[in-house]
Amino acid sequence: MAEQRQFICVTCPVGCTIDATVEDGELVQVQGQACKRGIAFVREELTAPRRTLTTTVRVRGGALPLVPVRSSEALPKGFILDIVQDLRGIILNAPVEEHQVVLRDVHGTGVDIITSRAMPSAEPV
Amino acid sequence: MRAMTCDVLVIGSGPAGLAAAYQARQSGAQQVLVIERNGELGGILPQCIHNGFGVRVFQSDLTGPEYAYRWVRQAQEAGVAFLTRTMVLAIEAGPRVVATSGELGMVEITPRALVLAMGCRERPRGALAIPGTRPAGVYTAGTAQRLVNMEGYMPGSRFVILGSGDIGMIMARRLTLEGAQVVAMVEILPYISGLRRNLVQCVRDFDIPLHLCTTVTDVRGQERVEAVEIAQVDARWQRVPGTEQTLECDALLLSVGLIPENELSRMAGVALDPVTGGPMIDERCATSIPGIYAAGNVVHVYDLVDDVTASALRAGRYAAEYALRGAATGGAATRGAPAPQPTVPVMPGANVRHVVPQHLHLPALDGDPSVVEFRVREPIEEPVQARVRAGERVLVDKRLRYARPAEMIRLEIEATTLQQFAGQLAGVNGLQVEVVRRRGEPQP
Amino acid sequence: MPNRAYDVIIIGAGVVGSLIARALSRYRLRILLLDKASDVGEGTTKANTAIVHAGYDAKPGSLKAWLNVAGNAMYDQVCAELDVDFDRCGTYVVAVRPEDWETLRYLHQRGVQNGVPGLGLIDAQEMRCREPAITESTVGALVAETGGIVDPFGLCIGAAESAMLNGVELALETEVTGLMREGRRITGVRTNRGDFAGRWVVIAAGLWADDLMHQAGLDGFIITPRKGEYFVLDRVAAETVRNVLFPCPTPISKGILVTRTIHGNVMLGPNANDVCSKEDVSVTADGLNEVLTGALALVPTLNARQIIRTFAGLRATGNTGDFVIECPQDVEGLCVLAGIESPGLTASPAIAEYVVELLREAGLELAERPDYQPIRQAIPRFSALSRREQAELIARDARYGNVICRCETVTEGEIVAACHAPIPARTYDAIKRRTRCGTGRCQGAFDLPLVVQIMARELGLSPLEITKKGGESRFLLRETKQVAP
Repeated sequence: MAEQRQFICVTCPVGCTIDATVEDGELVQVQGQACKRGIAFVREELTAPRRTLTTTVRVRGGALPLVPVRSSEALPKGFILDIVQDLRGIILNAPVEEHQVVLRDVHGTGVDIITSRAMPSAEPV
Repeated sequence: MRAMTCDVLVIGSGPAGLAAAYQARQSGAQQVLVIERNGELGGILPQCIHNGFGVRVFQSDLTGPEYAYRWVRQAQEAGVAFLTRTMVLAIEAGPRVVATSGELGMVEITPRALVLAMGCRERPRGALAIPGTRPAGVYTAGTAQRLVNMEGYMPGSRFVILGSGDIGMIMARRLTLEGAQVVAMVEILPYISGLRRNLVQCVRDFDIPLHLCTTVTDVRGQERVEAVEIAQVDARWQRVPGTEQTLECDALLLSVGLIPENELSRMAGVALDPVTGGPMIDERCATSIPGIYAAGNVVHVYDLVDDVTASALRAGRYAAEYALRGAATGGAATRGAPAPQPTVPVMPGANVRHVVPQHLHLPALDGDPSVVEFRVREPIEEPVQARVRAGERVLVDKRLRYARPAEMIRLEIEATTLQQFAGQLAGVNGLQVEVVRRRGEPQP
Repeated sequence: MPNRAYDVIIIGAGVVGSLIARALSRYRLRILLLDKASDVGEGTTKANTAIVHAGYDAKPGSLKAWLNVAGNAMYDQVCAELDVDFDRCGTYVVAVRPEDWETLRYLHQRGVQNGVPGLGLIDAQEMRCREPAITESTVGALVAETGGIVDPFGLCIGAAESAMLNGVELALETEVTGLMREGRRITGVRTNRGDFAGRWVVIAAGLWADDLMHQAGLDGFIITPRKGEYFVLDRVAAETVRNVLFPCPTPISKGILVTRTIHGNVMLGPNANDVCSKEDVSVTADGLNEVLTGALALVPTLNARQIIRTFAGLRATGNTGDFVIECPQDVEGLCVLAGIESPGLTASPAIAEYVVELLREAGLELAERPDYQPIRQAIPRFSALSRREQAELIARDARYGNVICRCETVTEGEIVAACHAPIPARTYDAIKRRTRCGTGRCQGAFDLPLVVQIMARELGLSPLEITKKGGESRFLLRETKQVAP
C-alpha cells in the first residue's frame, strides 16, 4: 500500500518540505528537496532517524560551571535521552580542551560526545 | 579619564563584530579594537550551544560556541585587540565613544571608523501587555538560555512557551533535555515564526503540543507563576470566547520577537529605519554618518549567522578603507575623500516588509554584485517570483519555492545589470523589491 | 529584637508610615516601624501615578484639601533632605470639549479656595505650544505650577532610612495579628514574631487599615480596594510627551493621565475599578484597553509599540469621602489613618506633621532630640552623574565601572550599595526600586542573571534563594543536571 508522507528535512537550516511516497517501508518517490541530502534524510527518517545532540556537562574548577558538548555527528534518535542521562553524571575537571572527548563511541554508534569549546580553570581569587 | 585612539572600533564581539574586526585588519587597518560588555567573547554565541552555524561559511555544522571561537581565534591571530566587561555609555559627535569597565574605569576612544555590532534584544512581557499577575517565573527565552547553558540553573520545571521563534523552539528542546516539562508552545500567528527544521527537531521530536492562532490571555500566581490561560484568537488577534484553557505551569517563556539594540545607534545620531528600528545602511554597511558602519542583528534580525558574517565582512572592509583614508589625510577622513556619490533608494514593494540596504551606490561594471536582504510580510507556500524592479523594468527575477517571513531572502543584482539600467534609475524612484505568486498577481 | 517595649509603634511602612516615623524621630521616643512585607513601600506606595498634586481637586474644607496643599509645599525641602528625585514641573488639566471649560473654571475656583498658588487658565494655542502632541480637540487647560512628579519609592525608602538614622527600629516581615488592650487603652501589638508593647500605636496600614480598626473596636469604616492600571513607555516616548497631562476629572477618579515620569519614561493611567481582593494587582485586558483609549484621547500620536511594561496598584478608598486621621475618642493610645487614597502621596509629609500634633494633643510627650539629623543620602546614581563624577566614583570603587543594567546604566557598585544600605535590598524588586535596574526597555532580560549573582554574593545566599519579591517568588528552581529528561 502506497502511503504519502511529508517530512521537513533538518540537515541544514533551509528545512525543505519533502513529499515522499512510501510503499512497504520502501521509499518509492520523493520530491521537494533542494539537494541530495534531503533524499538521504528521508531514507534515514523512515528507517533509523538521526539527530545531533547538544547539551552541557558540569565542570569542576572551571571559569564557568558548565561546558557545552555536542555529538561529533548525528546519532540514532532513540539513544538521545539515554546519552543525556549518561552525561548527567559526568563532571569534568578544568582545564578542558575544545573537542575533548567526553564519551567515546556512545552506545556503540561510533559517534563521540565532544566539548564545543575549551573551558579554562577558574582564575585564583 | 583614559583617552585612546584606534583606526577601527567595533562595538560588540558577536559574529558581526568578530567578522568586521577581522576583515578590518585584513583590509589594512592597523589598530582594530573590539569592545564587549560580557566577560566572554562571542556575543550571544556562547550560550547558543545548539548546532546549525557555519553551514556556508565553514561548510560545517557547528555549534554557536564553535563558530564563535573560530572567529575569535581568527581575529586574535589577525591582531585584533579586545576589551571585555566593558560597556559603551555614549557615542558622541566625532565619533567619540565613552565606555566604562571595572578594570579600566572610564575610557574615551576616538576611532577613525566605528562599526556598530550590538546585536538585538528580546521583546519583553510588558511590551505585549499580557494580562494577569506579575509573579517570578516569566522569562524571555534568551535569558532562560543563558541561565540554563552558562550558569547552570533551571528557571522553572514546567513551562509554557509563548511564541514559536527559533529561540523558543530551541529552548523547548533544551529544557526537555534538562528534565523539565514543556506543556505547550503557543503561537498567535497561523504559522510558526522560526525555522521549520526547529519545529521538527525541537518540538515534534519531543511531542510538545503546538497551538497556532493561540495566545496567552492571563498569567496566574501571586509570587511564582502557577498557571497561564491560553485562548484562540481570530484574524484580528482578538480572543475567541469559549476557547480558553488553563495550563498549570511554573514558568512562562517568551519568544515573541527580537528588536535591534538601537540605544547607541540613536545616541550616535544615525538615521534609523522605522520598520526595523535599526540604522539605515548602504551596500557598504555605511550609516548616514560618515565613518560609522553597522552590521548584523543591530541592522535587522537575521536567521542565519552565516549571513551576519557576510554582511559584517563588508562592514569591516569599508570601515578600514575609511579609516585608512583618514590616516592618509592626517585627520578627518572626510578630507580628501571622494565626493559623496548619489545613491539609489531600495524600497519594499509588494509583500515585502523591509529591505536592507535601504539605499545603494551603483557599482562599477566590474564590481561585486549588490546584495539585498529582505523578509516578506505574509507567507506564500507555493512558488513565487522574488523581483527587483526599477519602475516597470525587472532587473532580477528569481524563482523560489516559497516565501516565509521567518526566512530572510537574499537577492544578488549583478553590477552589469545595475549599470545597464543606470540611466533609467535616475528617472524612477529607485529600486523596489517585491515577492509575487508565480501566477502573476502581486499580493497586497 | 532585644527591646520589646516602645513609646510608639507604627503599623505600616508605606510612604505615610515612614514619614510619620521620621517626624516622630525628632523626639526622644523609642519607635518601632512595622511592615508585613519584605520591604518598605510594598503596598500602594510602589504602584501609583507618582504625582505631587497641586490641590485644586479636593473638596474645600476637607482634610484632603488642607493636607494636599500643605504637603505639596513641603516637597522641595523634604526631597532635598532625603536625597529624593522630585521635579516641580507643573501639571495640566486639559479640556477637550467646549463644555469642559466649566469644569476647568470650577477647578480653578476650588483651587483658589483651597489656597493653591500658581493656578491659571490657558487657551488652546498656548496648550499646543507647551505640548505639541496634545490632541487637536484641546480647547485649553488649567495649569497648576505647583504640581510635580516624584520618585515614590525613593521617598518612602528615604524617609524610613532617615527615621532609622535617628533611632527608629524597622521590623519587616512582621505582620500584626492583633492589638493588645487593657480596658480602653491599646497597649501594643501581637505579631507573627511575638508581642510588642507600645504606649501608642499608629495604624498607617493602607489597604488593611479597616481590619486593624475593627480590631480596635472601631467598626463602620470600610476600605474598598480601587484598582488603577498603568502602562510604562520607553524613554523615547518622552520626546513626544513633555508634561503631566490630566483629562477633566470624573467623580471617582482624577482620570487617565499621560505623564512623563521623574526618571524619563512616559506613563499612562490609571483607570479606576473597584475590586474584591486587597491582593489583586493583576492587569486586565479590558482595563488596559480602557487606559490606552483614555490616553490616546489626550495624545493621539502615542506609539503603543513603545510600551515596555504594565502594572496595577490599589487605592485604599474609604467610605467617608475624606481622609480619616484621628486619635479616636473611645480608644486610648491609638492614632488611625485610613482611606489615604489620592492625594495621599502628596499629602504625606503634612500628614506626618499632623499626626505628630494629634499625638501631642492626646498626651504623647515630645522632647526634642538635639542630635536629630534631617539629612539622609541615597545610593549614588551613576547615570545622573557627570563624566568627571563618574570617573571619580569608579576611582573610589571599581564596581561602579561595571555596568550591569545596560538600558538604565546601573552599575554593580549601586547594586552592592543597595544590598548593604540601612534598609538592605533583599529581593530583585527591592534592588529595582532603589537603583532602577531592570526598569528599562529590556525589562531585566540582560541584567537578571548578573543581579542574581551579585545579590547572592552580597547577601551570603545561594542564587537559588534569590527572590523577585520575597516569599516563594524564587527565580531559580534548581540546578541543571538534577532531573532526568
